[in-house]
Amino acid sequence: MTTHAGAVHAHEAPKGFIRKYIFSLDHKVIGKQYICLALFSAFVGMFLSVLMRLRLADPTIKLPFFPEGILPEQYLALVTMHGTIMVFMVLTTAPQSGFGNYFLPIQIGAADMAFPVLNMLSFWTTFLSMVVLMAAFFVTGGAPLGGWTAYTPLSALGEITGPGQGLGMTLWVIAIAIFCGASLMGAINFIATTLDLRARGLSLMRMPLTVWSWFITAGISLLAFGVLLAAGILLLLDRTAATSFFIPGNLVLTDKVIPHKGGSPILWQHLFWFFGHPEVYIAILPGMGVTSHVLSTFSRKPVFGYRAMVFALSSIAFLGFIVWGHHMFVSGMSPYVGLAFSVLTMTIGVPSAIKTFNWLGTLWGGEIRFTTPMLFALGFVSLFVSGGLSGLFLAQTSIDQYLHDTYFVVAHFHLIMGVAAIFGMFTATYFWFPKMFGRMMSESLGKLHFWLSFVGVYAIFMPMHFIGLAGHPRRYADGSGAAFLASMDPVHMFMSVAAFITIAAQFIFLFNLVWSIWKGKKADINPWQATTLEWSIPSPPPHDNFAGHEPTVYRGPYEFSVPGVADDFILQTTPPDKVVKC
Amino acid sequence: MPGAAVTDELELLNAGGGPPADRGGAGGDWREGPGAFGRERRMYLTGVSVALAAILMFFMALASSYIVRKGTGTDWQPIEMPRILWLNTAVLLASSITVEVARRKLAQVGVGEFRNWWAITTALGTLFLGGQFVAWRVLADQGLFLATNPSSSFFYVLTASHGAHLLIGLFALLYVAIRAGRPVWRRRAIAAEGVAIYWHFLDGLWVFLLLLLNIGR
Repeated sequence: MTTHAGAVHAHEAPKGFIRKYIFSLDHKVIGKQYICLALFSAFVGMFLSVLMRLRLADPTIKLPFFPEGILPEQYLALVTMHGTIMVFMVLTTAPQSGFGNYFLPIQIGAADMAFPVLNMLSFWTTFLSMVVLMAAFFVTGGAPLGGWTAYTPLSALGEITGPGQGLGMTLWVIAIAIFCGASLMGAINFIATTLDLRARGLSLMRMPLTVWSWFITAGISLLAFGVLLAAGILLLLDRTAATSFFIPGNLVLTDKVIPHKGGSPILWQHLFWFFGHPEVYIAILPGMGVTSHVLSTFSRKPVFGYRAMVFALSSIAFLGFIVWGHHMFVSGMSPYVGLAFSVLTMTIGVPSAIKTFNWLGTLWGGEIRFTTPMLFALGFVSLFVSGGLSGLFLAQTSIDQYLHDTYFVVAHFHLIMGVAAIFGMFTATYFWFPKMFGRMMSESLGKLHFWLSFVGVYAIFMPMHFIGLAGHPRRYADGSGAAFLASMDPVHMFMSVAAFITIAAQFIFLFNLVWSIWKGKKADINPWQATTLEWSIPSPPPHDNFAGHEPTVYRGPYEFSVPGVADDFILQTTPPDKVVKC
Repeated sequence: MPGAAVTDELELLNAGGGPPADRGGAGGDWREGPGAFGRERRMYLTGVSVALAAILMFFMALASSYIVRKGTGTDWQPIEMPRILWLNTAVLLASSITVEVARRKLAQVGVGEFRNWWAITTALGTLFLGGQFVAWRVLADQGLFLATNPSSSFFYVLTASHGAHLLIGLFALLYVAIRAGRPVWRRRAIAAEGVAIYWHFLDGLWVFLLLLLNIGR
């Protein structure tokens, strides 16, 4: 491993296919690699959810890979892998490591990340983690069935607890542990790059909100993933080395006495959720950053309350570390502890509301341009509010006693993670595609994709709140065990049909994406008339971004509609004497 | 629309704008100009410090687990710390002193002295790890293995985790030692400083773990 190829001196453009496209040190290539990984994983995850919905509709249905139908325990394996793949391989990779890797260095005027070799390693380690995770499908017993949360003691006891709980579960834990290492490497890079490689003139308060969101998200990753790694190691030891960190005494499983004593299953929950709650903020913060950025650009107005937005991002990140107990309200915790977590959880509503109102303030009185990225950014605001509001219900310990483990929770986190965060990724894709590929995506296909998706996701997840309120438990392979669930079958049918249509609509996006890379209309250097540094360099950018010299930044990132200026925007890098006045 | 921003912007238009005063470096490629070394140093030291925050969280998770497990289980049997741990601690503390001396010699005297003190540090670090293995043997001779009881489990997990990070530190020390032997190495001082910071962290962490295992026992 050589260390001379630091960002501090330009590494020359690589030659040869392997160096250029496989083991590349270029942050732009690495960003695209992460996005490809996430795209692939998203379609795998969607396929798993299709299998789940079909099984729910007809428990005897025969499907590809399941010629004899899906057993209930196999359904749980689908649930587990759907959650794990979507949360880790899609939501934790693309928004941060995908788009962040590509655009953070450019938006701060750097030639590359601080540690390009570490960057390359972080991608390939993530890739390895995905391979190990997917391998769980193919080993004897198949994939694990404890949910993406892998609660102990179920996840710690091995094969005896069900198919897939042997080698499949072990591979799952190893995959997650590898992922932790990869994420930590990425976080180090993002933080060092943002703090130390900013161009002249780019003070912290002149950074675009996208950069702020990537920077703060990296801080969250840095502090959260170490805890998950520790938990994973302890779990692995319980599974393979007969330790008793999480396995309590007096367990009897199918007449077999489990020879452990004294371990604490709750300890796993605490460790997991100490990571798990910050993890969901890792998933959403980059989406918030790109939404602020895009709403400003297509309203031709500065972001309303830039400083408050930075404050809100930081507060959400900080508060995100002290609310993990709201995932454990039914675990038997002291009501006083529950009260504390409940109040703290509700306070996150404050910075979230600040952001929401500031987005509206950004739009207010603006000259709105309804491009596809703008539509998805507006969709993000809508879905963030919808998904966030149900979180306030769940934050009440009393209500959560009833709603925990029902479809109400599933609706909440899907709206906020499975849709709002995804809309953030769509916003980023449609917005930055011209810069990445030098071509425009089709606006008509984009708008079609937006409307089908936007209506579709509301059709899927709004009714889900109601079956949750009606008491429908989650992670049930079918409703035959409880008579009252039969009355909710029509709602299930409606949601599944909506889901199939919405998933089909994603293929429009996929086609648009791939087709436009080769056949899209050629893009100008700044087709959106935006202000940040990436729009001052060619599309696609040259290998070292700024052609060998460091740009100088003269102003903040959202100088739109400045009075006295001829254009309704000023690039950050335009010298003051070059600004055309009117 | 926002009054303050307009005023700022007009001021910039009038006054010629420009970067805030605290950003150093000449125009053009900062990687070559004056201040490049300082900026590079800051970049690597930020990287090391940030990595230490992550490692600290990992160990705090283990420490918390230790405290919780001790409190919740009914099977806690305190184990006696092998006496050699105190010797190992002294060795590690000494190595922290020698790595600091090495780093300062590099700045003041030159590479020769630096390499000697650096080599002593590496030797002491290796001695520490050897001593840890001996401690493990002492426990094994008493019949205390990884899964024997929770107290022994944590002893092995904590010392093994710390030892693994120390092994990485040893590789770093060796890397610097080998590279420093070559005539020209622009980043020698930065590497020495970064590795030294990491080494001091591991030393402090070890003291914390020792106290945890002894007092928490």
